Amino acid sequence: MGFVYEPRDLEREATEDLKGFIEKLLSKPAPGSAGFTGTWRLYKPSIDAERCIKCGICWLYCPDDVITWSPRELPVVDYTYCKGCGICSNVCPVRAITMMLEGE
Amino acid sequence: MKVKVLMGNTAVAEAIRLANVEVVSAYPITPQTIIVERIADMVERGELKARYIRVESEHSALAVVYGASASGARVFTATSSHGLLYMYEMLWWVANSRLPVVMAVVTRAIGPPWNIHTDHQDALTVRDAGWIIGFASSVEEAFDMTLQAYRIGEDRRVLLPVMVALDGFTLSHTSEPVRVPGELEVRDWLPPREPLPFKLEPGSYFSVGNLGPDEVTMELRWYIWRAVERAKHVIREVTVDYAKRFDRSTHGLIEPFKTEDAKYLVILAGAWSGDAMEAVEMMRDEGYPVGVVRLRYLRPFPAEELRDLVSGVRAVLVVDRAVSMGHTGVIGGDLIAATQGKVMVKNVIAGLGGVDVGPEDFQAMIKGFIEEYESGAIDSWVYSEWYMPWVRGV
Repeated sequence: MGFVYEPRDLEREATEDLKGFIEKLLSKPAPGSAGFTGTWRLYKPSIDAERCIKCGICWLYCPDDVITWSPRELPVVDYTYCKGCGICSNVCPVRAITMMLEGE
Repeated sequence: MKVKVLMGNTAVAEAIRLANVEVVSAYPITPQTIIVERIADMVERGELKARYIRVESEHSALAVVYGASASGARVFTATSSHGLLYMYEMLWWVANSRLPVVMAVVTRAIGPPWNIHTDHQDALTVRDAGWIIGFASSVEEAFDMTLQAYRIGEDRRVLLPVMVALDGFTLSHTSEPVRVPGELEVRDWLPPREPLPFKLEPGSYFSVGNLGPDEVTMELRWYIWRAVERAKHVIREVTVDYAKRFDRSTHGLIEPFKTEDAKYLVILAGAWSGDAMEAVEMMRDEGYPVGVVRLRYLRPFPAEELRDLVSGVRAVLVVDRAVSMGHTGVIGGDLIAATQGKVMVKNVIAGLGGVDVGPEDFQAMIKGFIEEYESGAIDSWVYSEWYMPWVRGV
């Protein structure tokens, strides 16, 4: 019948499809579920260890959860996933985070 | 089974009560209909144990039932014309998320000018979203289709939203006798919704419809394509089962009327099918070999049934109450595609904006069509014409 899709075993097909589309439709939290988003970055946040007061505000504001920090520790950026949005640099109270053009 | 005299609006509300719907959301102002007012009365009186959520727009109404359906509830909303267009974005989200939402659409024209009367342009504008679209032709059928919509949409072989279209005023505000089955009978036929393999609720650690690779968009549409094809079988199965249980004579994707020995067929959908049938009944007495095929569902399109029915007839007249500008009437175009040039098709566009089309108009259309065919005046496979007898030369 040309373009018309003719189903055969409805039950079996429906069971396969249900499994298939649910897997595609639902997303569960996982690192990098949208791929290596670090490649989207134009500007890279660079933390000046001497200026940093280790307050953790950058960690708190990072929308992608790519900054690791614990009290009295220097924050560390995961550049595999950091998209370079610059929010950390903007909220830093001591201007310890500079956005550097990638490749420079 | 009691016979009650109900308007289309009340009949749909009655079906919602009997279906034990759990969440109803609606925008209450024009172009809304009395359907949701009746349901609000039922919830207020405790006849329907549902959460009734009033919202500020139709877009939000569908968004609310979208979320409720993802959490496993049986849901309902209703709208009409501009309200349906305001939902447009959410219609696609509901279908692409495979949620069995049921919605009544009281079909009405789209402006300008402002016009609250029936045509099918509103419902058919959302034809391609992935909803199952049924068209009722009587108040009782609007009631039946609403109940059937839950069994069809919630079936694990389908899992898709279902739209029940009923003509504005002609059905929505017209009272007709409806055979209403008892609560227990309906509960037996329509058990509570089967849970999905996932349930969106507080504490669940997943999201529905997040950002995904391009291929996932295409694959999800492909899964819908397959489900809508399966829905043809499920609709036949569910409606036959319903017809047996509740003593109904119509079922399936189409209703044929005097087609057995017909040489000409009239194909259409919606409330005015009754007028076409009346015209054909009178023409049969005059000896015209003509029959009617009423489409009960437009999505999925009953291509197989129609291919069978048009084989052996001389020509087909499709009467459309919605048009695809620059091409044909909406059903006309679909029928031409489904029959693949195997039959000569004339497509008449009529009754837009609620312009009254009665049995005498259908007689004029059908007789003109048969005369044209028999005199050899139709020289191409397909052509469309507008039926506007009040305008000279059309």
